[in-house]
Amino acid sequence: MNNERASAVKPGEDRNREIIPLDRLVLSHLKIEKTRDGIALVVIDSPGTRVNKGSSDLLGEIGSMIDSIEGDGTVRAMAVVSGKEDNFIVGADIDELKSKSTSEEVLAYIRTANDIINRIESLKIPVVAGINGSCLGGGLEFCLAANYRVATDSPKTVLGLPEVRLGLFPAGGGTQRLPRLIGLTQALPLLLTAKNVRPRKAKRLGLIDEIVFPYSVRDAAVQKARELADRKTKIKRKRKRSLLTAFLESTRLGRRVVFSQARTMVMRQTHGLYPAPLAILDSVAYGFRKGVRRGIEADCERLPELVLSQHARSLMGLFFAMTEAKKNPHRERARQVKKLALLGAGLMGSGIAAVSVERCDTVLVKDTTLDAAARGMREVWKGLEKRARSGGLTPFERDTLYGKMVPCDDYSLFSGTDLVIEAVFEDLALKRRILADLERATGEKTIFASNTSALPIKEIAAESLRPENVIGMHYFSPVQRMPLLEIIITSDTADWVSASALEFGIRQGKTCIVVKDGPGFYTTRILAPMLNEAVLLMEEGVDPADIDRVMLSFGYPVGPIALMDEVGIDVGAHVSQGLGPMFEARGAKPSAGLERLYEKGYYGKKNKKGFYRYDAKKKKGARRIDREVLGILNVAPPRKSEMREIQDRVSLMMVNEALLCLQEGIIASPRDGDTGAVLGLGFPPFRGGPLRHVDTEGARAVLKRMDELAATHGERFKAAGILRDAASSNKKFYP
Amino acid sequence: MSTEKARRVAVIDVRRTPFLRSGTGYYDLMAWELGRFAVKGLVAATGIDQAEIDQVIMGTVATDVSTTNVAREIMLGAGLPESIPAYTVTVACVSANAAISAGADMIANGNADVVIAGGTESFSDPDIKVSKRYRRFILDLTMYRRPKTLMGKLGLLKGMRALDFIVPQRPAIGEYSTGLSMGHNADRLAKRLGIPRDEQDRYAEFSHTQAIAAIASGVLKNEITPVVVQGSDRAITTDNGPRADAVFSGLCKLRPAFYKKYGTVTAGNSSFLTDGAGAVLLMSDEKAKALGLRPKAYIRSYVFSAQNVWDELLLGPTFSIAKLLKKTGLELAEIGVLEIHEAFAAQMEANIRCLESDVFGREKLGYPSRVGMVDRSRLNVYGGSLSLGHPFGATGARLLGTCCNRLRESGEQFGIIAGCAAGAVGSAILVENAA
Repeated sequence: MNNERASAVKPGEDRNREIIPLDRLVLSHLKIEKTRDGIALVVIDSPGTRVNKGSSDLLGEIGSMIDSIEGDGTVRAMAVVSGKEDNFIVGADIDELKSKSTSEEVLAYIRTANDIINRIESLKIPVVAGINGSCLGGGLEFCLAANYRVATDSPKTVLGLPEVRLGLFPAGGGTQRLPRLIGLTQALPLLLTAKNVRPRKAKRLGLIDEIVFPYSVRDAAVQKARELADRKTKIKRKRKRSLLTAFLESTRLGRRVVFSQARTMVMRQTHGLYPAPLAILDSVAYGFRKGVRRGIEADCERLPELVLSQHARSLMGLFFAMTEAKKNPHRERARQVKKLALLGAGLMGSGIAAVSVERCDTVLVKDTTLDAAARGMREVWKGLEKRARSGGLTPFERDTLYGKMVPCDDYSLFSGTDLVIEAVFEDLALKRRILADLERATGEKTIFASNTSALPIKEIAAESLRPENVIGMHYFSPVQRMPLLEIIITSDTADWVSASALEFGIRQGKTCIVVKDGPGFYTTRILAPMLNEAVLLMEEGVDPADIDRVMLSFGYPVGPIALMDEVGIDVGAHVSQGLGPMFEARGAKPSAGLERLYEKGYYGKKNKKGFYRYDAKKKKGARRIDREVLGILNVAPPRKSEMREIQDRVSLMMVNEALLCLQEGIIASPRDGDTGAVLGLGFPPFRGGPLRHVDTEGARAVLKRMDELAATHGERFKAAGILRDAASSNKKFYP
Repeated sequence: MSTEKARRVAVIDVRRTPFLRSGTGYYDLMAWELGRFAVKGLVAATGIDQAEIDQVIMGTVATDVSTTNVAREIMLGAGLPESIPAYTVTVACVSANAAISAGADMIANGNADVVIAGGTESFSDPDIKVSKRYRRFILDLTMYRRPKTLMGKLGLLKGMRALDFIVPQRPAIGEYSTGLSMGHNADRLAKRLGIPRDEQDRYAEFSHTQAIAAIASGVLKNEITPVVVQGSDRAITTDNGPRADAVFSGLCKLRPAFYKKYGTVTAGNSSFLTDGAGAVLLMSDEKAKALGLRPKAYIRSYVFSAQNVWDELLLGPTFSIAKLLKKTGLELAEIGVLEIHEAFAAQMEANIRCLESDVFGREKLGYPSRVGMVDRSRLNVYGGSLSLGHPFGATGARLLGTCCNRLRESGEQFGIIAGCAAGAVGSAILVENAA
């Protein structure tokens, strides 16, 4: 692979650049020391920030540094480390990238970046990267250009190429160098799924060459650089691979098989809606045909279109919204949750316990019996074991986290509890009774949070002695994986209570939105009309499997019909009962279909009786629709329906309800609305969320479509007032 | 040491894991893991902010070499702030008593406001040594002699037998100074004081009956924190030692376990190997008030005693109770709650005889006559080590917890917990009802 090395700066370019001697070079992002025997130690330490980002400033300085080192002549080797506590370089500067509005700007930026990285690769002296903490995106691409990589075994050390999540691809040589270093079959999953790799795995893959203990990374990098300069050691990289893998990776035919399979998989998962993974496949394939240098050049040209695409803009917008949601504006009012109690140790309760043990001193796990609590604790233990096996926790940490849980079946241990989260059955009377019991067992400082998905918090707190301590914390299942937490405040909720709940949610690693109380709050409220519309379509005779298929191709991860089976038809019926009056008052009577199904014993996947058949075998990988359901719903004779009609009716229902929530102040900002819909309900991420979707499609166009639908289907499509305003004033929800 | 007046030491609460026969429910747990369950349960039950804790002291006997300062592993493992110092004490069967006494001293002297004290023990996985000769061979080969030549290495094998490589050294269960095991000593004591077999079996029956009744009534729930062993889907909520079938008619059929021919001590009237842990939250009275906690009891005084290792090995309770009463000026009749560690039924009957004996009182204890009559209705009414089990390092915490709860239930003013330990050491702690 060495003969494929990219060339350094093109001849003729940068001729006039002034070269400053190494000892007089003053830089703000880099600190350079030279040992007596000519080893340069470069410390990347961007000023005024906790993380190093691949900004133009940093790149520029690296360029000057390379000039000086080349000009110096006495530097025999170079070691590059980070001056930050827990990161090497966390990736490109997204803010900077997002600010570029023309292809020329993006092209210039990525060309500079690649020039610098190429120059690192083609330096005559050996370069060693010493990695401690996260080394992501452009940071990892930089390291790939080094001759040797050492990384610490700190739990903070992770390597990865997350670009695809932002609708981009690793255009700093990542798609070229990674497959050559670790093999095509190992590289593609990393590139396509943006999965982070821990040191042990990275060593196995050959992504790093050596694991060293924390704090030793500087010395190790310098020593290794010296050994390489002295030619004392040879870099040995031997990948163990099977004969089949060897065939797949090193023959043209084999690679063709790999690429075609990868493409099939990407298409299956993204329905062709996401250009970035396809760009990755194109880029890697092109690089294998034309070599690294031309591959990188093509990457540079491929990038601008992606960066400027609506997809990437939406995804980056989400990324910023999520970053923003990590901040608590009223942090000083928050009280720390040291003792947490969970009521109900089922899937929800144990999930919340799993994300809380690291944040609390004590976690009470209460259920009706101690054995039920034990079963919940076992689920937490399984998760901890998994993390320990992957190197994310030491065995003692695992045991310690487990030991924070105390099982209970009564309230005798509840004194001094800071926060109680109930995750019991959705029954108003039950929740009220529990709240009354708790208020007797706890004191002024105890917050009561309900993990209800639809029951108004105000009603739960109707008989409360301390309604100011009552709040909603709506987690999504499975809690360990779903990033959203919807916090619901009532007009009684005290400021310190909402600030504490928000702080706790953030500390659990959740992306939080704070919404106002009301039927269904935000997420459930905007989901309900969408699911209702799907049921109505079924009743009109549209094939439910078609509805799902069409919504998948709109970008939802799960179709609405399958989603109802997942969530549970019983839950759906319950919610629809609760929200019914609100919709009815607007002249949009919901279908009674779900309730009828519920009465007939259809609960969804949980009891294997749903819209789909869970008892029968799949047909061509797809589940079959339960024909009896259609009978119960009393559907009209089958009719064909336009894809566009289904997509518009189903998706606009959610979009319009989100607009209404914004109008009514249920959500405080479009950002919250979009974050909630994408992270909680799977609204297509590349569309950025229901409100950004309106911006993208244009308020006028959306309004026109709503009016058309209202004309044919009635009041439920009556557009929200703010949509009308936005259309008439040509305003956008995002500046 | 502070020279100020001693401060009152409050017992806020006591929690212990269920005590289980070794090799059962805690089979895969190390002693520190049991300890942290007890500490976490105690913290949860009292609702105290962990940052308030100043010191952790835990007792243990069969130390695992990988966790020699087991108190530290316990408190770290319970998620307590790492800034809390912790140390481990070991005084055989009164290790937890020693931990509690040390904690009480720290508080009385103003060296700490809040102490967690207690103990832990696991016999499910004790360290077993290879034979002494094999050990010598390995150490000489790798560390101390390190012969360079093959002949030198082979020379180290001299005198070794094949079995030395296979058969491990028997765990030491005997008294080091006398070579007698506890059971043998109990048999000697029973013979010396003339305690017949049936009296011992009756006592064992009493212990089991009381424990079974206590479990059935639910009173022990106040001292137990349920344990869910990691990965298990069952909560362990009660002690599994007490046996409903441990009745006199059955007990008297068992064969002597130590002196096979003429002995009277059997597996049925001895305590058994047990896994478990217990923890006590001690606090200065002022601190308890400041935190709004209601103490269950106060630790008023304590003593240790030590006797002859041959003949008085198991008489720790007698000697220490006598010493404690003399020190505090109380009469035995004033003590409404007695919680005495039951190593053997013979040992319990022996201690009762000695406390009630005028001769023993005069000759051995420096009393004008007997110490007092033991009111059996005040003694170990929720069962004792014979039935509930005896995790060496933890028993003292159980005794204190039961004593505090019994004081509250009975309204009595004073209680004493006492125990005997290997090395002929005794411990007694005077507890006063806080109500």
